[in-house]
Amino acid sequence: MIDPGSAVKKSSAKPEPAIAPASKLLLALVAGLAFGFLLQKGGAAKFNILIGQLLLQDWTVAKIMLSAIIVGMIGIYPLHQAAKVNLHLKPTKLGPNIIGGLIFGAGFALMGYCPGTAAAALGQGNWDALFGMVGLVVGSYVYAEMSGWLQRTGKKWGDFGKITLPDVIKVPRLPFAIGFALFLTLCLVVLEKLTVR
Amino acid sequence: MKRNFSLTTLVFAALTVAPSLALAAEPRVDARNFPGPAWSPYLAGAGIGVLSWLTFYFANKPIGASSFYATVAGGLGRLFARRHTDSLDYYKENPPTIGWETVLVLGTIAGAAIAALTGGEFSNRWLPAFWVARFGEQSLGLHAALGLSGGLLMAFGARFAGGCTSGHGISGTLQLNVGSWISVICFFIGGIAVAYPLYLL
Repeated sequence: MIDPGSAVKKSSAKPEPAIAPASKLLLALVAGLAFGFLLQKGGAAKFNILIGQLLLQDWTVAKIMLSAIIVGMIGIYPLHQAAKVNLHLKPTKLGPNIIGGLIFGAGFALMGYCPGTAAAALGQGNWDALFGMVGLVVGSYVYAEMSGWLQRTGKKWGDFGKITLPDVIKVPRLPFAIGFALFLTLCLVVLEKLTVR
Repeated sequence: MKRNFSLTTLVFAALTVAPSLALAAEPRVDARNFPGPAWSPYLAGAGIGVLSWLTFYFANKPIGASSFYATVAGGLGRLFARRHTDSLDYYKENPPTIGWETVLVLGTIAGAAIAALTGGEFSNRWLPAFWVARFGEQSLGLHAALGLSGGLLMAFGARFAGGCTSGHGISGTLQLNVGSWISVICFFIGGIAVAYPLYLL
């Protein structure tokens, strides 16, 4: 299948400079401000809302995530089809996705914030997020220490490359995205009916 | 073998600490008795969806957060042990440079501060009320220990899985990336499995 995104601007082959160009950093700052603002307004900077989701008591986080996914999907795929944006797919690796995902979840429950919402929580004045942020920095270095060994072993388990859900069932991506967005919207309607918050 | 051992220790610590804490704690708590979101979660979520169109279009980048912490760790590592840090495979592939995700996460802190201050929700406290309802006022040490160990596990998991609740959970899933859907489902399975004994037993 033709991938329209490959026709768009290619990422530069040059090595990354120590500090990215100012225009790019300004974009990142504006995007970050908007992201933090929306996370806080949506309640995702609050400890009780995040843990409440893991206890299946408060469904705010699932509602934010599903809304973001639906809206994001119905914009990104038409834009990609029109060769206006690149996709940024990470390779699917079953072993790392499952094992890393479970470890991540366990850490999330212990800490109460995830990497992005910890930043938002800190902004909201939940100073306890700092403990977890220090842990995140330490854990990142621990991973880097082990990265050579992991690259040769665990990171290779179940590598399927860059695949999307429509690739797996061999249907065109854009119609699938629209259908899947409708399905997820239906899930949100059911969720709203079934949950108090 | 040494690395194998440290991983086993991490997992073992997480598995033993969580249930023993729960036994010492107060009765069940309900998160719905605590403050909800300021805006409709659908509005906030839709806003994040539109934001992702803009970052893809204008910056050719997805939203993500976890590699911020890896960059900070790498920067600190280079300060104290430059050659060793540069020799690690992860930092060979991902040099710790100030780029998109570093500034994005700093912006996230500021953006949330603006939202909280203008919305009268700035909390200025070290212990969340929900945590206190479960573990009491005299539990800052415990909260710090869980935060540190949880953060450590989470960063490891995010790097191994290739992303976090932002990079996989929103940006990857909206691109219909198979690995992202698997990862985010595992985030919640792992999270529920630990949060239930910790807060509800």
